[in-house]
Amino acid sequence: MQLILESLFNGVAIGSVLLVAALGLAIVFGLMGVINLAHGELMMLGAYSTYITQLIFKQVSFLKPFYDSYVIVAIGVAFLVSGTVGILLERTVIRRLYGSPLETLLATWGVSLILQQFVRSVPLAYGSGMVIALFFGLFSPLFISDDILHGAKGKLIRASTWGFSALLGVATGGVLSSLVSKLSRASARNVDVTAPSWMRGGVDFVGVTFPKTRLLIILITLISVLVVIFFLDKTAWGLRIRAVTQNRPMSDCLGISTETVDIITFGIGSGLAGVAGVAVSLLGSVGPNVGGNYIVGCFMVVVLGGVGNLLGTILASFSIGIMTDLIGAGRLLTIWPEMPSPLFSTIDFFATTSMARVMIFALIVIFLQFRPTGMFPQKGRMVES
Amino acid sequence: MSIFSTKKSWINLTIWVLIIALIIAAPSVLPVFRLNLLGRYLSLAIVALGVDLIWGFTGMLSLGQGIFFALGGYCAAMFLQLNSAGEFPNGIPEFFGLYGVEKLPFFWEPFKSSIFTLISIWLLPAIVACILGYLVFRNRIKGVYFSILTQAALLVFFNFFNGQQKLINGTNGLKTDVTQLFGQMVGSEIMQRWFFWVSAVLVILAWFFARWIVRDRFGNILIGIRDDEARVRFTGYNPVIFKTIIFSIAGGLAGISGALYTVQSGIVSPQFMTVPFSIEMVIWVAVGGRGTLLGAILGAVFINYAKSLVSEALPASWMFIQGGLFILVVTALPEGVLGWIRKDGLRKLLFLIGLNKKLETFPSLEVNEQGEVKS
Repeated sequence: MQLILESLFNGVAIGSVLLVAALGLAIVFGLMGVINLAHGELMMLGAYSTYITQLIFKQVSFLKPFYDSYVIVAIGVAFLVSGTVGILLERTVIRRLYGSPLETLLATWGVSLILQQFVRSVPLAYGSGMVIALFFGLFSPLFISDDILHGAKGKLIRASTWGFSALLGVATGGVLSSLVSKLSRASARNVDVTAPSWMRGGVDFVGVTFPKTRLLIILITLISVLVVIFFLDKTAWGLRIRAVTQNRPMSDCLGISTETVDIITFGIGSGLAGVAGVAVSLLGSVGPNVGGNYIVGCFMVVVLGGVGNLLGTILASFSIGIMTDLIGAGRLLTIWPEMPSPLFSTIDFFATTSMARVMIFALIVIFLQFRPTGMFPQKGRMVES
Repeated sequence: MSIFSTKKSWINLTIWVLIIALIIAAPSVLPVFRLNLLGRYLSLAIVALGVDLIWGFTGMLSLGQGIFFALGGYCAAMFLQLNSAGEFPNGIPEFFGLYGVEKLPFFWEPFKSSIFTLISIWLLPAIVACILGYLVFRNRIKGVYFSILTQAALLVFFNFFNGQQKLINGTNGLKTDVTQLFGQMVGSEIMQRWFFWVSAVLVILAWFFARWIVRDRFGNILIGIRDDEARVRFTGYNPVIFKTIIFSIAGGLAGISGALYTVQSGIVSPQFMTVPFSIEMVIWVAVGGRGTLLGAILGAVFINYAKSLVSEALPASWMFIQGGLFILVVTALPEGVLGWIRKDGLRKLLFLIGLNKKLETFPSLEVNEQGEVKS
């Protein structure tokens, strides 16, 4: 009983990291049919944001008393950082490639290479300065009324907001690098995020210890999923996003600005990648390649769950998580020791993390033989679905 | 009509003359190290041809060609290891001793035969591709789903090969440069020169083979599948068969390429099955020109050569350049360099910077002084 509970918990923990990472990917994929290979690198940016937030809280004197709550702040920071970079990516690259998903895939791979090398060879302080410049540059026009922006001096005003943002970015970079010495030099080494004291240790429940970090990750996932469901189901923009997901040309005809919908969706999807990055940073050390470890798992979730269906995404990530734990950690062998010996030796052969992946992939391919479009396929009458 | 009457043929002919001149001149001009690199890149051109067949012509973006590439490499390496294993205890390759393996694993046995190896180098990857492809295509999984599944398959093979020390030396891979072939060390200079020639000849043969495939009705169906698969199906063809065949062919080409690459780089390891390497294969084709066989070869050779030159000079910048190349090619040059040239890109560029006259798009009429058309 305890074993089953422990196994279930571990599976859910693995699954919830997958879920929060795959959630953004699934939304974007459902809406635009775009596979974003840079999703893992957006997660990596989120993880680095956590690291930077932690350092700032440690070094800046008036923030020190609140050090324990840096994780909460980091979630917001990571969401904004990854969201900003995601929107930039959408504006500059992806919007040119709508209707050709394979090309988008290649272009986003290029972006992911650039982001990886960026983190390696640009000091983090100036990197965050650039993100801040981007953030204000992209969003400040939203707070200026349209009359001014489209008036006689509209172009000048736009240019000056960018100039102001750039100055702000440079200033932030300078201040950060002088405040926090660790951020002032470029480094390709992995960094570690230390959990605040209240997150160490575990909670005991019917004789099983649940690590608090994993509980927090499950909580983050739960909240993210609830927020996303609320956003998609109850708000006006959520309604529009769902409409565009179902039928893009028709929504366009009915007056929905599909371009804005794309920006919002991509921003939210990328922001969720950032939140996933916070979770990832709590689990292990953070490096430029950290996203790559999770990205294929996310793809599997999307394929298994079916397009544009949150329930499918949730079920798929938890089943992959639980299977990984059952097979990979060899827990199935301890739970059910008297299983027939050929089966036992087979499962024993697959009882490492990497071999578990082999087995799970095989299972997914077998599953797709019966349900080629995932657990919850989108209904439609198109020839090309 | 002579084959040299069209513009395309002239471009092709020029490029071929250049390539053959380069290949003939290279061994006497280049130092052995560079020659070896060039030989490797020529072997990579063969896998690029396969990628071009499935992506450029059939529209399926496989991110898992590394599987077949590495399988071919492992076949060659296993044969070479066994070929020179006589001097080791038990007559089995040395690394088995590290893991306490006494008996040769069963699947190594047939690789004692050179004929079996020569066949398996291309047949084994082709069979794996055939099975994998059939299972995927049968369910009409295509587009992005196909790409993701091939990538996942790649990762699976990587994990499998990486974890099996006792079977194929796991993450360390199999070394070939200290093994014997025809009484010579595989890593020796004379053998490497031979491998260069073999690669060069095989690239040209592979090009003829690929061209033979795509120029007939079979090729037309492939292009049909790329442009509108549903219509091909409604016309009465079964796309599954064609896709499976072409995917297997690409797998076989990848296997040959992997074997040649292995003997020239001296080692085969699970590193051949990493995700970035397989995506790089796609970018060679994309830069050279998808749907142009020659472009695939040129792209593979030139990008790799540029990669080695840039990484020697500025190690950190290659990632930026490569990433930028991905974005640039996809957004600005979707036809690739060769496709761009063939579509009069050079003249358009010259026109843009004012060095060339605009084309007359209709024959000018002969007009007399009064503005009447002469009859």
